[in-house]
Amino acid sequence: MSPLLSGAIAFALGCYAIASVLVLYRLLRGPRAQDRVLAIDLLYFHALLVMLVIGIDHGSDAYFEMALLIALFGFVSTAAMAKFILRGEVIE
Amino acid sequence: MNAVPFWVEAIVAVLLVMSGILVLASSIGCVRLPTFFQRMHPSALAYTLGNWVTCLAAAVYFSALARAPMLHPLLIPILLSVTVPVTTVLLARVSLHRARLAGVEGTPPALWTLRADAGEPATAADDGASDRAGGSG
Repeated sequence: MSPLLSGAIAFALGCYAIASVLVLYRLLRGPRAQDRVLAIDLLYFHALLVMLVIGIDHGSDAYFEMALLIALFGFVSTAAMAKFILRGEVIE
Repeated sequence: MNAVPFWVEAIVAVLLVMSGILVLASSIGCVRLPTFFQRMHPSALAYTLGNWVTCLAAAVYFSALARAPMLHPLLIPILLSVTVPVTTVLLARVSLHRARLAGVEGTPPALWTLRADAGEPATAADDGASDRAGGSG
């Protein structure tokens, strides 16, 4: 792997780390519940991107399945939390 | 393992740098914008373009590594293009509903109150029965 690609991978991972810290600030600060739900959804998404980029770094295909699973779980958890805030129950 | 040609690595590097910048910009917007409805917009930047760019980089790199088209990383943007609008609409409805409950100035009223003003019978299935609690009527 050339230094160009490894540098780009390090840059992307650093950007995701800073972005996750910023979103974590929004998660802790609020001010309302829907802000926190949106922040958790973004954190799931950042974890997905980190998995993909680490997969490129290791040259391994196995990380793709993890990224797909993270995408699915992120959707389910966000939809459940939004439904809970909206109606007070997840399944009526 | 096959060696990946340099121009493929350059393409993948450019795509990865783009995705890093896009995700960083979206989270800066998520922190700095003042209201929730404005904060929903920058996350769409990451969900669409940032996601496509990263998965395209993975698809290009693995295709060059295996010397065959490996398009399975593109499943993730297809999946997210189905799920992200659902969560976005749900969160927008949550925020609207809670703004109505709190009586925030300038919140649009629920649709069933407009229909009740016009003399039509309002049904619970129209705009969600729970909107009834925060209606302006």
